[in-house]
Amino acid sequence: MTPTTETAADRAFCIEVGIRPDRRDVLAARLVETAREAGLALPDGLSTRRGYSLRIAGGEAEARRLADALLADPVLHTARVSTPEESPAEPDTHRVEVARRAGVMDPTAQSVVRAAAALGLRVSDVRSWQAYVFPGSADVALLERLGKEVLANDIVEDVRVDPTTGIPPAPHLGDKAFELVHVPLEGADDARLVQLSRDGCLALDLVEMKAVQAHFAREKRDPTDIELETIAQTWSEHCKHKTLTGLVEYEGKVWDNLLKSTIARATNELDRDFCISVFVDNAGVVAFDDEHHLTMKVETHNHPSALEPYGGAGTGLGGVLRDTMGTGLGARPVASTDVFCFGPHDLPMEDLPKGCLHPLRVMKGVVSGVRDYGNRMGIPTVNGAVCFDERYVGNPLVYCGSVGIIPKDKVHKEVRAGDRIVVCGGATGRDGIHGATFSSLELHDESESVSSGAVQIGNAIEEKRVLDVQLQARDRGLYRAVTDCGAGGLSSAVGEMGEQCGAHVVLDDVPLKYHGLTYPEIWISEAQERMVFAVPPEHVDEMLALCASEDVDARVIGTFDGTGRLTADFHGTPVMDLEMAFLHDGLPRQKRKATRRARDLSDPPALPIAAAGDMLLEVLAAPNVASKAWIIRQYDHEVQAGSVVKPLVGPRRNGPGDAAVVAPVLGSSRAFAVGCGLNPVLGDVDPYQMALHAIDEALRNVVCVGGDPDRTSLLDNFSWGNCEKPENLGDLVEACRACYDGAMAYRTPFISGKDSLNNDYRVGDESRSIPPTLLISALAIVPEIGCAATMDLKAPGHELVLVGLTGPELGGSHLARLQGATGAAVPPVDLELAPRILDAVHEALRAGLVASCHDLSEGGLGVAAAEMAFAGDVGADLDLGAVPTRDDADVVARLFGESPSRLLLEVVPDKLPSLRDVLGDLPHAVVGRTVEAPRLRVTDGADVVLEQPLDAMRAAHLRTLDLDGEHGAS
Amino acid sequence: MTTPSVLVLRAAGTNCERETAYAFERFGATSETLHVNALLAEPERLLAHHVLAVPGGFSYGDDVGAGAVFAAELGTRLADPLLRFVDEGGLVLGICNGFQVLVRLGLLPGLDAPLGRPEVSLTDNVSHKYEDRWVKLAIASRSCVFVGDMEPPELPLAHAEGRIVCRDEALLARLRDEDRIVFRYADGSGRPTDAYPANPNGSVDAIAGLTDRTGRVLGLMPHPERALFGFHHPDWTRAGYDGSGPPDLGPGAPLFLNACDWVRRER
Repeated sequence: MTPTTETAADRAFCIEVGIRPDRRDVLAARLVETAREAGLALPDGLSTRRGYSLRIAGGEAEARRLADALLADPVLHTARVSTPEESPAEPDTHRVEVARRAGVMDPTAQSVVRAAAALGLRVSDVRSWQAYVFPGSADVALLERLGKEVLANDIVEDVRVDPTTGIPPAPHLGDKAFELVHVPLEGADDARLVQLSRDGCLALDLVEMKAVQAHFAREKRDPTDIELETIAQTWSEHCKHKTLTGLVEYEGKVWDNLLKSTIARATNELDRDFCISVFVDNAGVVAFDDEHHLTMKVETHNHPSALEPYGGAGTGLGGVLRDTMGTGLGARPVASTDVFCFGPHDLPMEDLPKGCLHPLRVMKGVVSGVRDYGNRMGIPTVNGAVCFDERYVGNPLVYCGSVGIIPKDKVHKEVRAGDRIVVCGGATGRDGIHGATFSSLELHDESESVSSGAVQIGNAIEEKRVLDVQLQARDRGLYRAVTDCGAGGLSSAVGEMGEQCGAHVVLDDVPLKYHGLTYPEIWISEAQERMVFAVPPEHVDEMLALCASEDVDARVIGTFDGTGRLTADFHGTPVMDLEMAFLHDGLPRQKRKATRRARDLSDPPALPIAAAGDMLLEVLAAPNVASKAWIIRQYDHEVQAGSVVKPLVGPRRNGPGDAAVVAPVLGSSRAFAVGCGLNPVLGDVDPYQMALHAIDEALRNVVCVGGDPDRTSLLDNFSWGNCEKPENLGDLVEACRACYDGAMAYRTPFISGKDSLNNDYRVGDESRSIPPTLLISALAIVPEIGCAATMDLKAPGHELVLVGLTGPELGGSHLARLQGATGAAVPPVDLELAPRILDAVHEALRAGLVASCHDLSEGGLGVAAAEMAFAGDVGADLDLGAVPTRDDADVVARLFGESPSRLLLEVVPDKLPSLRDVLGDLPHAVVGRTVEAPRLRVTDGADVVLEQPLDAMRAAHLRTLDLDGEHGAS
Repeated sequence: MTTPSVLVLRAAGTNCERETAYAFERFGATSETLHVNALLAEPERLLAHHVLAVPGGFSYGDDVGAGAVFAAELGTRLADPLLRFVDEGGLVLGICNGFQVLVRLGLLPGLDAPLGRPEVSLTDNVSHKYEDRWVKLAIASRSCVFVGDMEPPELPLAHAEGRIVCRDEALLARLRDEDRIVFRYADGSGRPTDAYPANPNGSVDAIAGLTDRTGRVLGLMPHPERALFGFHHPDWTRAGYDGSGPPDLGPGAPLFLNACDWVRRER
């Protein structure tokens, strides 16, 4: 696509579409609520308008026709046509307008142009906006606050209150004069090198800058700005994982490449036959059925989501979906996961650090971003988790995962000399400049203003278009390799694909959204929804024609040329000539020191047993345990028609399922389960055990729904504070060690991972780190749909069997937290016992011996039993005296302790003997029965510990995050 | 016997085409999935099929209104073949976004307007949010060939703009009088309801699905293709916990079976 051009005859108009007075203005009603939550009382009578500014061939009659035939629905709307010169004011009203800033993605523009063409109208320079009109006298200061705090995000949007002119159509940016820039490195001293890195937002440290300086000294020249940018992108922590692959000195031992010596080492030593492609492509690939493999990748998108939650989270999901599309010759996404860490959603406003968005606003924005991207792409979002902790206030975490399916013969990719470089999808604009390097820097209260270019806004429909044509091109064999444009933009994508071969690019041939981009901006822009293909010359025409047939922009921008160098021209002038070997292997290895963190740990005070009943409700209502139904229902989790076990289960559809099960091939009963484990609070006590717990939890979750633990793969995502702080790095070493030990013990290989190791944010003069946060995702084969299970109790009169041992430790538990303590120790994972428990439970599920199954995690046995009971609308009696324990775990630990590797099973009485045979010598016991009465009663021998009605427990679980006040309506 | 032949029409942002095509194939149909650009180039390809399915998704992102852009394309450039297709006995099924397209196009409910003039509209849910949930439906009319003798089904839906609004009260009365309402959202006892969430979007008269004067065009917000198999139903594990597994077919299957049977019988 070339930048749009106007002709002299095209005239500018504003078309404003309002809701007819006799129709309900749903958006206005919702907005009043949102403003009230933000502490703003809006005057009555708000009405909302959708606006479009554009140029149209012809005059007012044409604009009127466009309004009536397309933009307004006569059943619902009225439309007003004016010119940008006219004042939009209406008598006795005030008006707030929100419009995206020039150059920010506006997907609506393209749709309007297309639909107008169908009506025979030529339209260009479309810009859409929103107006909010208040009748009578309104406080202008209030409206300004409304605009800033509720309606708009400054980073991407402009707000106007009571404007006197209309919004003009999208402006045309002027072309910049081309001037080749060299960066003077020769003779620069250390201070100057550091300054150059900082000024250029390069995120290279002094050692790295010196390596660059030495390289160009050998070449006897200074680098151009685009060369330096390319090196910075390629060497960024985001792309190179410098910490995990560097040298780390910890407690007298030097770890040479933590990644290779722990996580990848386990995968290599296990050598499982179902691992098809691991740690080499954009996602891990594992065997699925006779015709297909599965792929999985989980990404983080933390810093963009801190600044612009909606765009950041949406493009986070869009990015990981492109990872799936960029794996092998392209997998088709079949399921998404999302895991978030936020500050407390009810944080008092006065506790909010300057420059931070309120956690509730972040959460709503992030959820909407994932919702709108995933739902539009038509990928079911099936699994997730949310964790709240004050330390995420300035630096929320957003993990997006994607499972894909790929034909077995489409996994191999290669680039050959002579292949053309074809870029498909969205045009390149000035969005997302410096994303890769930005993610490697600390967030601070001015991040908003200096990094606004790092924020991207997604266009899911563009990505769906690309996916549609890519799968056809793949099946026709039109290309030999593909990767996505992610962090670092074309510089990373072309640089990686051409690593062995070399590549030459003509930057003038990259399709642009608008004029005015400099050549380095074209090269490193992280504009979304682009894929890069290696297309043999004989298939270029067919590839371009296929793309054109579905309105996907595709362009040859260069050649993989066999030179071993990465070169580019702009306006006929060579601007880049880098040696691939230096670019990919010239990065000096980091050496860092790690230390063990000193911890001040204490156990909580003893809980009086009389308080157990209230404590159970309190734990059920704790934000990390409470129902996430408000989020889950906003995601389409059933599109593609593969949903076997949904995220919410039970007759009232409010039971928190352990994991989702998806059958991705229509008509086949083979399925997979995807689950996760994450509990950063345990890391405050013991990061080694935190990581083992995360692995154990992810595996428990997939086993509960029918996943085969012997056909399960793991993914690791580390989000850590700044690892130049030796204590943060010490935590990382501990967690990596646990990943190795855990993977070996369970025989579950890691197949992919990603780290984000600079999650520090500055509040005033203080630099704060997030807690070390390891997300483990598990992907398990469910051999047959029939062996899937859900956690809701099925009927009265059944036995409840607890499998696994309960220990006395309370470290990191909810019980400890609610009493204001860390706990002195985390209950350790027994690596000998745990895998045997999972295997046995899986065997029991396969044999049809289990009516329901739930893992014990946050809140322990009490919460697990409560959730199963209210989810199934079936009561339960539990006897804590029967719980299998070690080391004299007391009644409180039996009820609320969070010992790992435990599952609670519901069993029909006549199947109990068979279940006992399967469980053999593993610790297990009948700890209760299901009953008619709608309540949970817990006893300790003859003593009643607590009794709670199902309704009370259900209400406690639902109310905390019931953000629209539906209170569990289902 | 005729083999039912289904054209599944997609545009940028359509995302339920695979499972929609599969649902017909499951009952003996053949299917062709076409991008709207291909149909615009050769409109007569429509007439080679017995059924036109417009699947769910977000055609053109639902920018400027749900289904509005897709409907503008169909209404201006494919109006004649579309009307001919229906006149000659073709079946049309619009699911979710497909329903929104058919309504915006004016093909549904098609009381008297020519194409291009909507009589009803599907707009923002009263909850003002996208929701995925299962709903119970009451069958209001069996005049539509897709319905046949099916039981009132429980089906999943997932949308943000599913609330039916009529141009005026008189029009709503005509929908009732002329038997255009096929499905209504129902409460636990099967009675139509305005109460959220059983009526998930606040649709007037609890309308969930509409047909035209021929009974051969059906549009509905819920997704029968996501209730094709027994394992799709959220309660299958409550019956199948003895290891017997889910039943083969789910509550959405009859709509596809009935359409295929009708073609085999009547064409």
